[in-house]
Amino acid sequence: MLRYIVKRLALMIPMLFTVALLTFFLLRVIPGDIVEVKLRADGGNVSQEVIERERVRLGLDKPLVVQFGDWMKGIVTFDYGTSMWTGQPISREIGIRLGLSMQVAVMAAIVAVLIAVPLGTVSALFRDSWIDYLVRIVTIAGLAVPSFWLGMLIILGLLSLFNWSPPVTYTSFFTDPIANLSQLIWPALAVGYRYAAVVARMLRSSVLEALQEDYIRTARAKGVFERLVIVRHTLPNALLPAITVIGLELAFLMGGLVVTEQVFNLNGIGRLFVEAVTRNDFTLIQTLVMMIAVMFAVVNLIVDLLYGVLDPRVTNQ
Amino acid sequence: MLNTLDIARPVAARPSAQAPLLSVENLRVEFDTSRGRVRAVDGVSWNVYPGETMAIVGESGCGKSVSALAVMGLLAKPAGRVAGGRIMFGDRDLTKLSTSQLRELRGRDIAMVFQEPMTSLNPVLSIGMQLAEPLRIHLGMNAQEARERSIELLGLVGIADAARRLDQYPHQFSGGMRQRVMIAIALTCNPKLIIADEPTTALDVTIQAQVLELMKELSQKLGIALVIITHNLGIVARYADRLTVMYAGRVVEEGTAEQLFARPRHPYTLGLLRSVPRLDRPRAGLLDTIDGLPPNLLAPPTGCRFAERCFLRAAACEADPPLFDLAEGQRSACHRHAKLEQALAARPAAPPLPEAAPSDGEAPLLSVRALRKDFHVPVGQGRHGLVRAVDDVSFDVPRGTTLGVVGESGCGKTTVGRMILRLTPQTSGEVLFEGTDIASASAEAMRKLRLRMQVVFQDPFSSLNPRMSIGDTLNEPQLVYRKARNRREADERSAELLRRVGLVPEMASRYPHQLSGGQRQRVGIARALAMQPSFIVCDEPVSALDVSVQAQIMNLLTDLQNSLGMTFLFIAHDLAVVRHISQRIVVMYLGRVVEAADCDDLYREPLHPYTQALLDAAPVPDPTIERQRAARVLKGEPPSPLNPPSGCTYHTRCPRATAECAGIVPPLREVRPGHFAACIKL
Repeated sequence: MLRYIVKRLALMIPMLFTVALLTFFLLRVIPGDIVEVKLRADGGNVSQEVIERERVRLGLDKPLVVQFGDWMKGIVTFDYGTSMWTGQPISREIGIRLGLSMQVAVMAAIVAVLIAVPLGTVSALFRDSWIDYLVRIVTIAGLAVPSFWLGMLIILGLLSLFNWSPPVTYTSFFTDPIANLSQLIWPALAVGYRYAAVVARMLRSSVLEALQEDYIRTARAKGVFERLVIVRHTLPNALLPAITVIGLELAFLMGGLVVTEQVFNLNGIGRLFVEAVTRNDFTLIQTLVMMIAVMFAVVNLIVDLLYGVLDPRVTNQ
Repeated sequence: MLNTLDIARPVAARPSAQAPLLSVENLRVEFDTSRGRVRAVDGVSWNVYPGETMAIVGESGCGKSVSALAVMGLLAKPAGRVAGGRIMFGDRDLTKLSTSQLRELRGRDIAMVFQEPMTSLNPVLSIGMQLAEPLRIHLGMNAQEARERSIELLGLVGIADAARRLDQYPHQFSGGMRQRVMIAIALTCNPKLIIADEPTTALDVTIQAQVLELMKELSQKLGIALVIITHNLGIVARYADRLTVMYAGRVVEEGTAEQLFARPRHPYTLGLLRSVPRLDRPRAGLLDTIDGLPPNLLAPPTGCRFAERCFLRAAACEADPPLFDLAEGQRSACHRHAKLEQALAARPAAPPLPEAAPSDGEAPLLSVRALRKDFHVPVGQGRHGLVRAVDDVSFDVPRGTTLGVVGESGCGKTTVGRMILRLTPQTSGEVLFEGTDIASASAEAMRKLRLRMQVVFQDPFSSLNPRMSIGDTLNEPQLVYRKARNRREADERSAELLRRVGLVPEMASRYPHQLSGGQRQRVGIARALAMQPSFIVCDEPVSALDVSVQAQIMNLLTDLQNSLGMTFLFIAHDLAVVRHISQRIVVMYLGRVVEAADCDDLYREPLHPYTQALLDAAPVPDPTIERQRAARVLKGEPPSPLNPPSGCTYHTRCPRATAECAGIVPPLREVRPGHFAACIKL
């Protein structure tokens, strides 16, 4: 088992290196750099000399290969450098926002699973009845409605019903869990609805498929209670394909939610990313992309390990 | 344990005074489909008496499984339902029970064993869990009691090391072992009745014999009545006391096994019996077939449903036949049952096969020399194991003859066929087709060779592209290989090919799903013929087909060989089928040839103990012969090819093996003229 994990982690290295290579050089291909944005924006008239000095300060004058090498050296030693815009260490810039984004993502995942598992199962069990149609309408709506728009509806609802609006400052879960949850539950719901819809639809079809399997007939022929036929015999098999979707969606959400964060006034990874891109903050963009790549890879690994726990066929092969 | 059973004991006279344990009375089952209502079971009645073994026989779609599922209350919902009749179990009508009353009955009083052991167990639950379930639900045992009883049950069905195996999962069991687990599950609550739906169809012949012996032994020891549903008359000859034959949703004949096998009184039963090639009779010419196809139950014909396919058809058959009472409980739904024997005698005997005699001295069409194939398979934790799927296989196929390759699953017979076609590259050895080594043939030479070597696959359901019409399927290779210059010419040739394989040219516009299994296999043969090959590899071409259709396809192959001088490599697991069609036979075990001989020599005097065991395990559709045969069931299962036994790979199962056998790999040597065997004891 450990061997397998180590092997998988080792396989990540070439993948991450390719991501780094692509991000680094693609960023440099785009015309313009941070110095231009910083100094010449708003029609500022700055002499070329000042610009060159700033470039030298930021290390942008060095050959690309050297810059790339410096960055790689930094990554290996867990020193991600400083933001070209704010001058703050990147680990700090990301650190203060990562907790929030991860928390929203995890809460959305919990919300999604709590909604999707019963909804998808019930929908499959009562296939083509009014219950199924209702669930299908709800899930289709979940896919069709943009999360930020749902977020705006939630805020409007909260404002008009309870005269409550999202606080401007973020409270950490560890300082005040109630305040923290009451702030983050709403974006989690807004995002979780779509998430739940994706998972529920996946689960509906995999439950339908599992119900056709011979072993379900065997279970019924043994006289197993119908409830157990579903919970013990059908669901564990049906959840396997759904887990992949749950994992991928979670990794996606952890990478930040650009518009939803805006709507709920959250200072998360999504917003940081947008700011970094508009400012051509190369060092920050690079590191964010790498972080998201790592998240995807790790979540995928966890999903595969979870597969092994749930499906004995995987472990023993 | 199995040897203690005395198969030869006289069948207990049916205690007719006794009340039946289960009585299906005038049962009707309907399914709603998108194309209308199908009455899959239409007024069927059968009884099972305590302690007896009753077999329900018929081809696919005749309603035999559906009637069993109706008994269990397991019809696919909401499409299927019982539309009439009663199912009496004791004094209770099962059709009137509530869902929860039925659930209490299932697994406790009536248990079921299904066809597919590979998919009938839940892959994510341990065997122990699946065994314990009915014990805890029906008998209220606690976990500890259930575990103890489960260990006992696994021992009962012959699974060694039961305590450890309880914690394993289905994928760690072989097919035969899984079917034993299914039987153990059925036995958990000591049911009064077990319904086994094609319990051995998916298993190899030696494993089939083990499982059937086990079921018979246990049902006798524990006094459980057994209903065996099958399409194979051979397997029930040995085990069934009584038979019910079904056709197109109705019962056409019933009686004791002796009555039905010795003197069938319905032309369908007769047809089923005569369409299977038999090991206990000399090779006949063409097989008797039942022409045509079963009727479509969406719109069943009026009158006798078999009339359309019946050689005895007369005006009287326009009326619905009742089940006529004949002597001693035998009943037949044929108006002309009294004329059957007379009419049969008047029928001309099948013409003998013109023996395809290879002319001496002529070079064989195909020569295989020391062929070997190694596969690297993952064995977990990133490691790989070596499987020698085929090892040192050599044979010749003379022009115009058929070589049969026979063996159980995993013996390497399909791999040999694939290497001959260069669909799988060989590890070493030579395949010489008309003297050309196909391994070293250039791409251009291979393209030419492909025209001359074709293949017919086992599964007619998955080997045709579902999105291509039959015409397109046949045209494609002709256009690719320039057998036809243009589309019109290809169409014409396809029509001719369809006629050649006994289909109408109009079939060209249809799609595979609109065809029956037999028709699809005919299309598969037509596709092979389109290239005008001189050699065809037939990889289990009839094993997925019903017996009456199987006979049609085998007759077609025989006919093609006689008229076109075709050469076949015929790969199969059914000894009787191989014998019927082949001139020479190669028996394989775990990648090696263990015996090779001319067909008649091999069956008259099998030399290798494995060939003998295979022949012993092959069922013969005759209860008198079967019950006199000793229960010489081959023990154990084929060893894992990942870790084959040393020396003779068969020594672990061989009754004649001694210490020597583990040390020497026996060479294939000529024991009699032209008769080779790989055994040092000969």
